[in-house]
Amino acid sequence: MSSDETTVSGAEDRMAGVEPVPGVGKPDPVLVADGVRRSFGGLTAVDVEHLEVQRGTITALIGPNGAGKSTLFNLLTGFDRVDQGRWSFDGEAINGRRGHQVARSGMVRTFQLTKALTRMSVLDNMLLGAQRQYGERMAGALWRPGWRKQEAANTERAMALLERFRLLDKRDDMAGSLSGGQRKLLEMARSLMTEPDMIMLDEPMAGVNPALVQSLLGHITSLRDEGRTVLFVEHDMDVIMGISDWIVVLAQGRVIAEGRPSDIKSDKQVIDAYLGAQEDEAEAGEGDDG
Amino acid sequence: MRTRLVTVLLALITALVVIPGPATADEQGGESLSGQIGQPDDRSQGVEGIRIAVSDGDDEVGADETDPDGNWEVEVPGPGTYDLEVDRGSVPEEYELRETPLVTEGTVEVEPGESSTLILALEEAGEDQSQEESSASPEDDAAEEDEDGAADEEDIEVEGVSGGFGDRFLQLTAAGLLFGLVIAVSAIGLSLIFGTTKLINFAHGDMVTFGAMMALLFSTGAAGLGNSLLAIFAGVGGAILLGAFLEGKVRSTPLIVVQWTAVFGGIAVATAMGVAGDSIAWEVPLWAAAGIAVVMGAVLGGTMERYLWRPLRRRNVAMIQMFIVSIGLALILRHVLLVLFSANRTRYSGFQVQDMVHLGPVSLPPRDLVIIGVAVAALLLVGSLLQFTRIGKAMRAVSDNRDLAESSGIDVDRVTLYVWFLGGGLASLGGVLFGLNQVVDYEMGFRLLLLMFAAVILGGLGTAYGAMVGGLAVGLVAMLSTLWFPAQLMQAWALALMILMLLFRPQGLLGRRERVG
Amino acid sequence: MDILTILAESARSAVGPVAAIYALAAVGLNLHFGYTGLLNFGQVGFMLVGAYGVGISVGVYGLPVLVGFAVSLACAVVLALLLGIPTLRLRSDYLAISTIATAEVLRYVYRAGFAEPLTNGVYGLQNLSAGFRSINPFESAERYGFGVFNFSGNHLWVMVATWSLVGLFALLTWMLMHSPWGRVIKGIREDEDAVRSLGKNVFAYKMQVLVLGGVIGALAGGMMAVHQAAINPDQFKPQVSFFLWAILLLGGAGRVLGPLIGSVVFWFLMNFTDGLLRALGSEGYLPFLSGPDFGAIQLAFVGLLLVLLIVFRPQGLIGDRKEMLINVK
Repeated sequence: MSSDETTVSGAEDRMAGVEPVPGVGKPDPVLVADGVRRSFGGLTAVDVEHLEVQRGTITALIGPNGAGKSTLFNLLTGFDRVDQGRWSFDGEAINGRRGHQVARSGMVRTFQLTKALTRMSVLDNMLLGAQRQYGERMAGALWRPGWRKQEAANTERAMALLERFRLLDKRDDMAGSLSGGQRKLLEMARSLMTEPDMIMLDEPMAGVNPALVQSLLGHITSLRDEGRTVLFVEHDMDVIMGISDWIVVLAQGRVIAEGRPSDIKSDKQVIDAYLGAQEDEAEAGEGDDG
Repeated sequence: MRTRLVTVLLALITALVVIPGPATADEQGGESLSGQIGQPDDRSQGVEGIRIAVSDGDDEVGADETDPDGNWEVEVPGPGTYDLEVDRGSVPEEYELRETPLVTEGTVEVEPGESSTLILALEEAGEDQSQEESSASPEDDAAEEDEDGAADEEDIEVEGVSGGFGDRFLQLTAAGLLFGLVIAVSAIGLSLIFGTTKLINFAHGDMVTFGAMMALLFSTGAAGLGNSLLAIFAGVGGAILLGAFLEGKVRSTPLIVVQWTAVFGGIAVATAMGVAGDSIAWEVPLWAAAGIAVVMGAVLGGTMERYLWRPLRRRNVAMIQMFIVSIGLALILRHVLLVLFSANRTRYSGFQVQDMVHLGPVSLPPRDLVIIGVAVAALLLVGSLLQFTRIGKAMRAVSDNRDLAESSGIDVDRVTLYVWFLGGGLASLGGVLFGLNQVVDYEMGFRLLLLMFAAVILGGLGTAYGAMVGGLAVGLVAMLSTLWFPAQLMQAWALALMILMLLFRPQGLLGRRERVG
Repeated sequence: MDILTILAESARSAVGPVAAIYALAAVGLNLHFGYTGLLNFGQVGFMLVGAYGVGISVGVYGLPVLVGFAVSLACAVVLALLLGIPTLRLRSDYLAISTIATAEVLRYVYRAGFAEPLTNGVYGLQNLSAGFRSINPFESAERYGFGVFNFSGNHLWVMVATWSLVGLFALLTWMLMHSPWGRVIKGIREDEDAVRSLGKNVFAYKMQVLVLGGVIGALAGGMMAVHQAAINPDQFKPQVSFFLWAILLLGGAGRVLGPLIGSVVFWFLMNFTDGLLRALGSEGYLPFLSGPDFGAIQLAFVGLLLVLLIVFRPQGLIGDRKEMLINVK
């Protein structure tokens, strides 16, 4: 991606002067979380004192298996209920909202295990992402002229996105017939149909053919270049160091460090907590962090 | 394929259209009135000899007398309004005609071409009094309903409850404990099976019925049928056990040969026994019959797992579809039992009339004390099995997280098989206890199934201890609700408890909140 | 009785009022399970409140039959809400348990002693069809039809009304499923979390479907009341729900015409096996069995049908096998 240089430095500019300490304030945070706590039985899965995510950046969430990354994702996006805590998106408190309400407010997520709707066509998958459709109301659905025009416009937008993600020739195939990487792409394209301000990607590279990784990375950076905020969970350190503007490290549910990739690389605590543990983790494979 | 099907269908339809309709001729006979009069406590048993006369104004059009099955039919000359009169003198003395608008007014409208079925019913003589009172003063309803309920075949009986509120409370608590223990024993298997395989076993209730029926069979004389069943179960059970113990230890071909030899050997012996019929007749006391029933129940559970559920899991059949299979299985099991043992309601002989044992204000027949004792012992045994033995710990591990258990080296398939053995055996035991306390009939298990569902959801789906706690709670709530509400609503209160639990704590009393996403 | 007569009689009843009523209830179940994936094992509960809505309005209060149907629909809406609010947010197995249990408890309540002023308890209600027949456009004493397919005017009226409703709701199903609303519904069947993450209120959609399918079930119950003229609670045992499942799976779940074809074939098979068993019994070929056993054998046969369908032909008669196989869940 040749045009990245300038924008990356642009994003870095915005983060200039931000201290690499856990819970640090950002100049223009889009997501602010306070005292988010969740435990399963006696085990505390997430216990985040304060966390801000800078608008228009790619922020990575890393940590060893069981660190609570996916749980935090689920909590912030309304897919799980917190024991306590508040958070706001774009200045608006969204804690307590359910998953679909969070998505409507402009923060959309994907899943670690892709949730392509397998028995529906790729195009139908895409169209499902469009918001405020008249035809999605039960009464409105029966009055075809009421939604035909909107449907045509949505289809056009979906086609454009499919083209961008190189899925256009698959549009009439069942989503279940796509490869793992193509499903990840479809899921990303589908979430763009909702026209989100912030995209949260849960392990976008998991189970993806290495040949597709580069193209996925390109797509992620281009999301930021469009002005969207990206928060993602990932295991592959090369990927993380390569594209992140900011990295947040989670261990045992707490934020133990955050900073630019260069800060994180040299952080002793991170190396102890995470990088040291990566060897075992590679053997253990996909754990129960789902 | 599709076109061939359509062609065949079209041909069939054409053929049928061309055939003149002989079958409909008898139906065109004209208008008639008919019905069936049954005994008040069991309406499938007809009452013979009740005379019914139909008249058109002053002319009698026809009359009939109920046959041994209680059926009657009067043909009428055509559509119109007729007067119906039941000869009250022909009603047997122990019964009285139930007063309904049809009986008091006696007019019926007959539509053209219709055979109308009329509902005439009897009630026990003497009930009439309260009936009239209750219709006059609605406050008396509560007292009358209980009476009604006791005569109804679909209800769970509440016995010997009398006295002041405090006494009744204690008596019903005892009854609730007993009932709860029976539910708990039966429901452990349901919960463990769900825990290990995520399957809701809708056939679990019919496994309960199976146990009760087997104990009945072997305690009242097992001849051809009993011997045949024993032989088949011995053969299949042997095959499954051989497989469970020897799989992986010996070469598979000879093992399979031996297994199928056992199965077919069992069937062959069963056929021989069936042919021999009553010439090999024997019977054992109820406790021994219960033992046989528990073993057979275990084998039944194991057979389902080994020859149905395991293959379906291997084929990656979706869970939803497995539910439907279990419903199909429930229908098959229930109605095969119905055909084999008929729809009669039976009690275990020798345990019906017993002197009450008085424990303070609570008096129970000795059989109830035995039920409580056996159920508590069974629960303690299962508890220590799960807590202290290797296989029990493995069951809990698999129930907790199947994948994790598998990756830590537990033979999940074998553990699942043992869970089915355990669940089937306990369901049978529950059936015997339930039958001892109530009556044995082919739908008893299904009635208990709803309460078992309530119990496992209350306690937490998938946990064995949850089923125990939930069972007790459901039993107590069901029985104690009769303090204030009609006995027919016992199940409704248990269900209400379940719905409340789903609203406020869906994971149940002992369950854990699950992770999502 | 010869085999041809049994065949003819079975074919006649395969398009008769009963088949029509079951097809209608199965259209509702198809919305629940076929399109949305809701495990409703208690569709009979909706039929029960529907039948008694008509029964109590007409039989006890003497109201017009159309008012009776309105009451039925209102009862179905209430039942769907009561059932849906606690369970639709939970995993699907909870709905399965709750529906089967609720339907059965409803039956207990309707047959209970204290409900007798309204329901006449176990004896049920009668004389319910006069109002419906008064608007019968056919001559009730005439017989209509050709070949073996001939019916009395009254039956024909029930058939025409019910099959029209089946057609109407099948059309409604088709229209809904070919709209963006239907796309969301099918998405929920595949993976409701994914649909939720795209900003759709999954709970509200599931509730809409539960209500709509339940209302259709209640209509079927109401038609049952006016067809039989007499109802009692024990006609609404759980096996009715299981019949509906067999019908749906036989025809093909998630197909507009699945319930229709399923019901016709199902009742053909039921009547054929029944006729055959009785004929064989009366000829003395079945020495161990007596009259009441035939019904039990049939129910066991329905169970076997369910098992065999799931194992060998999960897509039913008109479903798409590829579509079933691609399902990874």
